Amino acid sequence: MKPFVYERATDVSSAVAAVAGRPDASFLAGGSNLVDLMKMEVVKPELLVDIRHLISHTIEELPGGGLRIGAGVSNNELAADRRVRRRYPMVSQAVLAGASFQLRNLATVGGNFLQRTRCPYFRDVSMPCNKREPGTACSALEGHQRDMAILGASESCVAMHPSDMGVAMAALDAVIRTVGPDGERTIPVNELYRSPADGPERDTVLKHGELITAVDLPDVPVAATSRYRKVRDRASYAFALVSVAAALRVRGGAVREVRIALGGVAHKPWRARTAERHLIGRPATEANFRAAAEAELAAAEPLKGNAFKVPLARNTIVSMLRTLAEEA
Amino acid sequence: MERKITLRVDGKERTLTVDTRTTLLDALRERLGVTSAKKGCDHGQCGACTVMVDGLRVNSCLTLAVAREGAEVVTADGLAEGDELHPVQRSFISHDAFQCGYCTPGQIISAVAMMREAEEGWPSVVSEDLDADEFPLSREEIAERMSGNLCRCAAYVNIVEAIEEVARS
Amino acid sequence: MNDQPSRRTVIKAGVGALGAAVLPVGADPARASTAVTAVEAAGRPVRGGIGAALKRVEGPLKVRGAATYAYEWPVENPAYLYPLLSTIATGRITGVGTEAALAEPGVLGVLTHLNAPKLASAEPEVVILQSDRVLHHGQIVGAVIAESIETARYAAGLVTFEYAAEPVDVDLRADRDDLRKPQHAQGFGQLPGDLMNGSPADTAVGDFEAGMASAVHQLDETYTTPIQQHNPMEPHAAVATWTDDEITLYCGSQGVTTPQGLLATAFGVEPARLRLVSPYVGGAFGSKDFSALWGTLALMGARLVPGRPVKLMFTRQQMFTLVGHRPASVQRVRLGADARGRLVAIAHDTVQETAKAKQYAEQTVQGSRTMYAAPHRRTTTRIALLDLPVPTIMRGPGESTGMFALESAMDELALKMGMDPIEFRLRNEPETHPESGQPFSSRHLVRCFEEGARRFGWKHRDKKPRARRKDGWLIGTGVAAATYPSPRLPGSTASASVDKDGRYTVRIAASDIGTGSWTTLAQIAAEALGVPLDRVTLHIGDTRYPRASSGGFSSGINSWGTTIYAAARELRAALDKNGGTIPAEGLEVTTAMPDDPNLAKYEFNSFGAQFAEVRVHEDTGEVRVPRLLGVFDIGRVINPLTARSQLLGGMTWGLSMALFEETVVDHRYGNFVNNDLAGYHVAANADVGSIEVHMLDERDPYINPMGSKGAGEVGIIGTAAAIANAVHNATGVRVRDLPITLDKLFR
Ligand SMILES: Cc1cc2nc3c(=O)[nH]c(=O)nc-3n(C[C@H](O)[C@H](O)[C@H](O)COP(=O)(O)OP(=O)(O)OC[C@H]3O[C@@H](n4cnc5c(N)ncnc54)[C@H](O)[C@@H]3O)c2cc1C
Ligand code: FES
Ligand code: FES
Repeated sequence: MKPFVYERATDVSSAVAAVAGRPDASFLAGGSNLVDLMKMEVVKPELLVDIRHLISHTIEELPGGGLRIGAGVSNNELAADRRVRRRYPMVSQAVLAGASFQLRNLATVGGNFLQRTRCPYFRDVSMPCNKREPGTACSALEGHQRDMAILGASESCVAMHPSDMGVAMAALDAVIRTVGPDGERTIPVNELYRSPADGPERDTVLKHGELITAVDLPDVPVAATSRYRKVRDRASYAFALVSVAAALRVRGGAVREVRIALGGVAHKPWRARTAERHLIGRPATEANFRAAAEAELAAAEPLKGNAFKVPLARNTIVSMLRTLAEEA
Repeated sequence: MERKITLRVDGKERTLTVDTRTTLLDALRERLGVTSAKKGCDHGQCGACTVMVDGLRVNSCLTLAVAREGAEVVTADGLAEGDELHPVQRSFISHDAFQCGYCTPGQIISAVAMMREAEEGWPSVVSEDLDADEFPLSREEIAERMSGNLCRCAAYVNIVEAIEEVARS
Repeated sequence: MNDQPSRRTVIKAGVGALGAAVLPVGADPARASTAVTAVEAAGRPVRGGIGAALKRVEGPLKVRGAATYAYEWPVENPAYLYPLLSTIATGRITGVGTEAALAEPGVLGVLTHLNAPKLASAEPEVVILQSDRVLHHGQIVGAVIAESIETARYAAGLVTFEYAAEPVDVDLRADRDDLRKPQHAQGFGQLPGDLMNGSPADTAVGDFEAGMASAVHQLDETYTTPIQQHNPMEPHAAVATWTDDEITLYCGSQGVTTPQGLLATAFGVEPARLRLVSPYVGGAFGSKDFSALWGTLALMGARLVPGRPVKLMFTRQQMFTLVGHRPASVQRVRLGADARGRLVAIAHDTVQETAKAKQYAEQTVQGSRTMYAAPHRRTTTRIALLDLPVPTIMRGPGESTGMFALESAMDELALKMGMDPIEFRLRNEPETHPESGQPFSSRHLVRCFEEGARRFGWKHRDKKPRARRKDGWLIGTGVAAATYPSPRLPGSTASASVDKDGRYTVRIAASDIGTGSWTTLAQIAAEALGVPLDRVTLHIGDTRYPRASSGGFSSGINSWGTTIYAAARELRAALDKNGGTIPAEGLEVTTAMPDDPNLAKYEFNSFGAQFAEVRVHEDTGEVRVPRLLGVFDIGRVINPLTARSQLLGGMTWGLSMALFEETVVDHRYGNFVNNDLAGYHVAANADVGSIEVHMLDERDPYINPMGSKGAGEVGIIGTAAAIANAVHNATGVRVRDLPITLDKLFR
C-alpha cells in the first residue's frame, strides 16, 4: 500500500472539498473493496477521507411511498430492514446473496454501487488492463473469459460489474443522490455506469469528489412480489455467473407489469427493457417468457469462454418469471 | 504515516501507534500480540480474521485500524472468561468442529455473532419467509450464515452440529 | 532424505538422559505451549488408550486462538520480509532496480539473485535466488526486509525487474510429441523409482490388446483433471533468527526433520545448529512437506539482519505458485468385460504435467493396479515438462485423480452392460493384489459396499438417468470405490521416559497438521505403556525431539505410532526388568522404528465405498450435494472422533474437487489467473449437506501393532467419481472433465 494520509471528515461539504481538491484522494466507507484494491496497489490514493460516520445510516420514508436509504447504511442493515423486506424483497435477497455476513457488516450501500470489477487482470498489476491503465490492452479479451460480460462490452474492456444489490436497484429504477463539487444532483441507477466504449477507466458518471449521500427507492407496488435469483459456482460466498431480479404482475392471464434486471452479464446492472417491452400485455406463458428473454439476449456478444452465459441467462429469466407467475 | 489510536480489545483498553496502512488484523497480531484472529487471505475471502467490532462481526483484514479509533474489539480469546470457555467453544471441542484449528477462532466469533443476528431477526438468503419475525437456526440457515468462514480441513458438518447444539439450548 | 537411522534402542537411566540441553521440558515460552495433556483438556483424569473417542487435547487452545502457529511465536523486535515474484514465466532477469526501495524509510535490505547467499543445493523446492533464470511465472526473484509489514510490502512494489522473456509452454495435451517416461526425482521418504511411490511408470500383466479384443463389452474414454491447489487456511509462514550459536526457524511444516536436513545442506550448516519448531500447523495437505521455500527465504532474510527475527508469510496469491500444486492429468481408461460382467482387460494411460525444473510424477494409475481383477492389464504414465512450478503431493496424491477416472469408467461400463454398478464391482473383486499377486493385509471392500448400500438405501435407486425430479431439481445417486495405500515411511525414532512420580513422557519430531496426532499418538503411547492417558505427556513438532518422517500419505499412525509403540513397550520391558518399580532417577528409552518382515509380504491399503446423492437444477445446471455417505475400512480405529473428522474432511475435499477446484492457466503468460480464494473456489459451509461416515473398525492383522491403516487420504478417493456418477444418473450427462461446473450440464 502506498503511504496515505487518513482524515475523518466532519461534514459533507468539507469531505467533498477535500477529495475534489486532490486527484489522488478517495472516500473511504466500509473499505471492503477499497482496502482490498489498495493492498494490491490497483488503486493508490494518498489521501483517504473517511465518510462512514458522516453519511446517513438511516432508512426513511419518502412522501409518496418510497424509501430513502442513507449511503452509510450497511448492506446487512439494508437487507434486514422490515420495510425493505416487505416492499422490496428483491433488494433484501440481492444483498443477502452477496459476499458474506461479515463483509456485509462492513459494506455500505454507497460503496456497493461503486465496487470495482472482479476481473482478475484488473486485480493483477503485472497484467495489461485498460481499466487500470488506459491504453495498455484488455487481457481478458483473449484470456480467461468465464466471468466476463456478454452485453454492452467493448473491445477495450469486457469486465463485468459484480454488484448484486445494484441489480435489484436497477430493476426498481432507484435514484442516487449525490453532493459534488458543483452541488447536489440525482442520478438514476440506470444512468450511473458508463459504457466501456467511452473509456473503461471510469466506471461511472460521478465526478471526482462527488459523494453519494443516499439512494431513493421509488414506490413500486409490484416489487412486493419480486425476487432475486443468483446463479453461481459455489452455493454461497461467490460472485454471480448470472443473476436476475424480477417483479411481475399478471391479470387475466396477461402480463400487466414486469421489471427485469440482470447481473453478472455486463459492466453494469443490466436492465432488460427489451424483454419487459416484449412481455407487456402478452399472455404469461412459458413460450412468451422465453421469447422475451431471447429478444433481450439477441444483443449479446459473448466470448468463447462465456458463451454459456447466454443460454444460462435465458433459462434463469424464464425460470424466475415462471416462479413469479405461479406465485401470483 | 503514524497515528496513535485507542482500542478496547477483549475487554482491555489498548493504546498503540499504527501506520495509517495498518489493518485492524495486523494491529492486533503484530502490534498488540493478539493472535487469536488469523490471517488466511488478507482480502476478505476466507473469514479467518473475523472479529467483532462494536458488536458486529467483520473481516479485520479489510478494516483499517485508524478508522476504528475507540472501537470495542472482541476476538475468540475474549469470549472465554478466564479458563471458562464460551459454550460455543466447548461445543466446538466436543463435536470436533476443527482439525488444524486455524480457521477456528474466526468460526467461533462468527457463530456467536450469527446467533445474535438471527435473534435480532436478520434474515439470510435461504430464509423462506423474508417477512418472518424470527429465523430459527435450521442446519441450512446455519450453513449459509457460516459460509463467510472457509475451513479447508472441511470440518463443516461438525461446525454445523456444534452450533446447532448451542442454538437449541 | 529420510535415510534410515540404524535400528537401535538406547536405554538410559535418568529422564532427559539425552542431555538436558537437548530436551528441556517446557523450556519454550510459556504462552506457546508445545505440550498439552488430556487432563488439561478435559479438566479431569482421562482413561482411554486406543479406540477411545477422546476430544483433541489441544482443543482448548485452538478454540481461543491460542495455539501457536508459525507466524505467531512471540519474538522481540522482528523485521518483516515480503517476497517478490517474477512476472514472466521463462527467460532471464536482465536488470534489477533497488534504489527506490532502499531509499524508503524503514527498509533494511533487498534480496535478489545478485546478493543472495549461495546455497549448496539444487532442489528447486528449496533453492531460490541463485541465478538470473526464471523458470515459471510467480517464481521468487527477490524480497524486501523492512521494519514493518506495510513498509516491506510497499517497498517490494518499488523494486523493478527487467526481463528477457522467452516463449512460454504450459499446454498439457495427450498428443504432444515430447511426452516422456518419467523419472521422478526422489523425495517424500518414498522409494526411488519412475513414479513418486517408487513404482515403475509402466506395468503390464497378460496381453491387454488381446484381452480387450476378446471382450464382449468395451469402454474407451478419456478423463481430465485440472491443476488443483492445496490452499491450507494458514499461509506458509516462517520466523527465522540467525545467531552465531543457534539458527531458529519457526515454520509451519508437515515434519521438521526433513526440512531441517534440506535447509542445513542448502545453507552449509550443521543440522544440529538449525532448530525447526512446528507444534501447530494450520493445514498443509502436502504443501508443507518437501517444499521449503519459505524456510529458505526467511533464513536468507535472517542472515541479512543477524540476531534479529525475520517474519515471512506468503500472501494467498503467492501460495499459488510457491508451494506446489496437484498436477493436471489427461487419462485414458479402457475396460473390457465378458458377458457375465467380469473384467478381462484394464488399461489406464495417463499423461500429466510437471515442471521443466524438476520431475514430479505421481502414481495416478495406482488405483487401477490395485482395485479389480482382470487377466490382461497395463498402466502407463507419461509426463509433459512445462514452464510451470514444480507440482507436489496433495491430499490423496495419485489415486484422487486416478480413481476419478477409473471409477467413472466403471460406472459407464456397468451402465452399458445394464448391470448395477455395485454388483459390477463385486464381481471383479480380486483374491490377491492384481499386479503383484501378493495378499492384501486386509481388504474389506465388499463389506464397505454392502454396509453402504444398506445404509444409503441403494436398492431404491432408479438406475435410469433423468428419472427423478423435485421442484425443478433433477435427483441422482452414484457410487464409487476408494482405496489408498498405508505406507510406513522410514526414518522415525521416539523416546519414552518415566520419572519417579510415574509420569510418562514421549518425544518424537512428528507433526499435527490437523490430523489429531497430539491426541492419537498419546493414546497409542498410553495403550502400549499400559497406563491411563493422563499420565502421558507428548512432545512433538520440534527438531529437539528424536527425528521423524514427515506427515503425509496417511502414514502418521503407521510410522510414528509404530515407533512410539515400540519405544513404549521397551520402556515397559525395562521397567518390568527392574521389578516393576521406577528407579529414583527415572528411566528413558530411545527406539528407532522397528523392522517388520510382514511389510514385504503384504499389500497394505485402506478401502472405502462412497455414495452420493446430487441435485442438478434443470434450468441452470447448478449442482448441489445434499448427501454423501462413506463406509471405510481403515483397520482399527485409534480415535473415532478424530478419524471421523479425517474422513469427513477427505469426503468434503472430494466434493470440492468434483464441483469447484480448477486453477486457470493463461497460456499466453503462463500465470495462474484465479490465484485467490474468491477465484479458486474451495467448498464453503453451504456447499456441504449431510455427510455420513462409517468405519468398519476391523483390526488389520499385519500392518502394525495397533492394527490401524491410514485414514487421511482414503476419504477423498472416489468421492468425485461418486458425484460424477450421480450427476449422470440425475441428468444423463456424463462429465469426464473436472470440475463439474454448471455450464457442462444445463440445456
Ligand atoms: C470476498 C468478497 C466477496 C464479495 N462478494 C460480493 C458479492 O457476491 N456481491 C456483491 O454485490 N458484492 C460482493 N462483494 C463486494 C462488496 O459488496 C463491496 O466490497 C462493498 O459493497 C463495498 O462497500 P464499502 O462500503 O466497503 O466500500 P469501500 O470499499 O469503502 O469503497 C468502494 C469505493 O466506493 C467509493 N465510495 C464508497 N462510499 C462512497 C460514497 N458514499 N460516495 C462516493 N464514493 C464512495 C470509495 O471511494 C471506493 O472507491 C464482495 C467483496 C469481497 C471482498
Ligand atoms: S484474512 Fe480476512 S477474510 Fe481472509
Ligand atoms: S480447522 Fe483447519 S481450516 Fe478449519
